[in-house]
Amino acid sequence: MLNSAPIFKKEVGSYFLSPMAYVVITIFLVLSGYFFYSSVAYYSLISMQAMQNPYMVSGLNLTEDLISPVFANLGIIAMLIIPMLTMRLFSEDKKSGAIELLFTYPLKDLDILMGKFFAASVVYLTPIAITLVYIAFLRSMTQLALGPILAGYLGLVLMGEAFIALGILISSTTENQIIAAIITFGVLLLLWVIGWASSFTGPTLGKILTEISLIKHFDTFSKGVIDIRDVIFYLSFTFYSLFLTCRVLESKRWRG
Amino acid sequence: MIEIQNLTKHYGHIKAVENVSFTVNKGEILGFLGPNGAGKTTTMRVLTGFFPPTEGKVKVAGFDITEKPLEVKKRLGYLPENVALYMDMRVNDYLHFVGRIKGLKRKPLLKQKVNQVVELCGLGDVRKRLIGKLSKGYRQRVGLAQALIGDPEVLILDEPTVGLDPKQIVEIRKLIKDLGGERTIILSTHILPEVQMICERVIIINEGKIVAIDTPENLNRQLSKKLTIIMEVEGEPQKVVNTLGGVDGVIDVKQKVKKKGKIRQYEIQTVPERDIRKELAQAVLENQLGLYELRSIEMSLEEIFLKLVTQEEHHA
Repeated sequence: MLNSAPIFKKEVGSYFLSPMAYVVITIFLVLSGYFFYSSVAYYSLISMQAMQNPYMVSGLNLTEDLISPVFANLGIIAMLIIPMLTMRLFSEDKKSGAIELLFTYPLKDLDILMGKFFAASVVYLTPIAITLVYIAFLRSMTQLALGPILAGYLGLVLMGEAFIALGILISSTTENQIIAAIITFGVLLLLWVIGWASSFTGPTLGKILTEISLIKHFDTFSKGVIDIRDVIFYLSFTFYSLFLTCRVLESKRWRG
Repeated sequence: MIEIQNLTKHYGHIKAVENVSFTVNKGEILGFLGPNGAGKTTTMRVLTGFFPPTEGKVKVAGFDITEKPLEVKKRLGYLPENVALYMDMRVNDYLHFVGRIKGLKRKPLLKQKVNQVVELCGLGDVRKRLIGKLSKGYRQRVGLAQALIGDPEVLILDEPTVGLDPKQIVEIRKLIKDLGGERTIILSTHILPEVQMICERVIIINEGKIVAIDTPENLNRQLSKKLTIIMEVEGEPQKVVNTLGGVDGVIDVKQKVKKKGKIRQYEIQTVPERDIRKELAQAVLENQLGLYELRSIEMSLEEIFLKLVTQEEHHA
C-alpha cells in the first residue's frame, strides 16, 4: 500500500502557495493561446483562398492543417515548461535539509517519489485541461472529428508524464534547482531532436536514433493516431525514470 | 528499547563512529555528550534510519533498523540538529502534514493530536503563521512538535536547546524531562549542565568512540567541580584506607603510587560542598599514621570534560 497522499497534498500546496504554479500555468496558456490563434488564423486564411479556388478545397483538412500543428506546438511548450516544474522536487529538500526529516518519517522512498510525481502531474495537467476550451471554441464554429483530438491529448498526457519522470530523476541527483532544470531541458531537447541525425547515420543507428527520439513518438499522436508502440514507449520511459530515481534515493543511504 | 551493538559508520575514509555499543531502557532519558564532530549526529541519524550503519546492529523496540525500517520509524520522533522545515507552510498545516504521514488518518484524531502538541510546545500564538517568519526559538519548538506528534515511543533530539534564549531553554528542558518516563529519549548536547539536569544516564563520546557511560550521579562526582585530595601516608595500606574512608564526607579512597618504605600515595574523593582536609589530617594523626603530604586538586567541569576528551585522543 502506498502512503503518498500527505506528500502529494503538501507538494501541490507548495506549488500553489508559491507563484510557481501560476507562472507556469500562465506561460503555458499564453504560449498555447498564441499558437492556437495563429493556427486558426492561418487556417481561415487558406480556407478563404480555397473558396476562390475550388481545386484547393479537396486538399483542406481540419485535423491535418489545424489540430496537428496545435498539438505539436503544445508538445514543445510542455518540453519548455516541465523542467521548471520538476527542478525543485528533490533539489529543494536536499538543499534545505528537509529531506533528512522526510527520510526519517515512516514512508517508503516510493511513497515520497510518487507523491511528488503526481503533484507535478497535477500542475502540468491543469493548463492542458484548460486548453480544452480552445477545442470547445473550435467545435462551436465547425464540425470536428473528436478521435484525433483524443489521441492528441493522450499523447500530451503520456509524454508529459515521461518528461516529469525524467525531471524528477535529474532533480534527485543535485541540490541545485537551476542545474536540475538546465540538465532536464538539455536532455529533453537532445532526445527530442536526436532522430534528425538518422538522415546522415547508417541505417541501423539511424533506426535506433529515430526510435528513441521523443518527437517521433509524439508525431503519431498529434496526427491523431494512437499506436500502441508509442504508448508503450512513453510508459516505459516514465517507469524506467521513476525506477532510476528510486535507486538514486536508495543510494544516498549507503553512500552516506 | 534501543539496542546498539558495535555500530560503525564510515563516510568514505572518514570513520565517524567506531564500534559503539549501548542500550537504552524503556522510559529512560539518555544524554549524548561530546564535542562537535564526535559522532553524536551520525549515531542519531543511523538510529532514525536516515542512513544505514556500515557495520553493527541497531534495534529499536525489537525491530532491526535495516530489516524493518518502517516499523522503527513508526515508533520514532526525531528533531534534527538544524531543523529544516518547510518555510512556505503554516505551523498548523505543517503539523497536520506530519501527523498524516505518521499515520493519523482520521480527521478528529489528527486534530486532537495536533492541538495536543501545539499546547505542549507553546505554539498556540503562532499556529497560523508561516514557518519562514518565525524566530529560531519558535522554529525549534515547531521541530519538537513535529517530533512529538503521533506519540512516538522513542524520541531522538539532536541538540534540542541550541539557539534558544535562556527562558526557552528552561522551558524545553522541563518539557523533555516531563516527557521521560513514558517515552524513551536520547538527546545530544555539548552543554554539560544540561545533561546533569535532564538525563538519567550519560554517554560521553569523542572521535566516534564511547569514552564513558555512567549515571549523572557518578559523572557528577567525576565531572562536577569536585575535590580530589592527594595524601601521602605512612602505614599499613588497609588501615590507612579504613581510617580515611571513615572520615565524614569521603566518597572513595584509592591507593595510588607506592613510595619508599611504608609511605603510599592515596587519592581521596570527597564531597564537593565542604573542605575536609582538616578532618583528614586529624584522622591520620589520631590513628598514629604518618602524614607526609596533603594537597587538594580542584577541577572544573569543563577541565574534566576536556581531560576525558583529550585522553581519548591520546589513545587513538
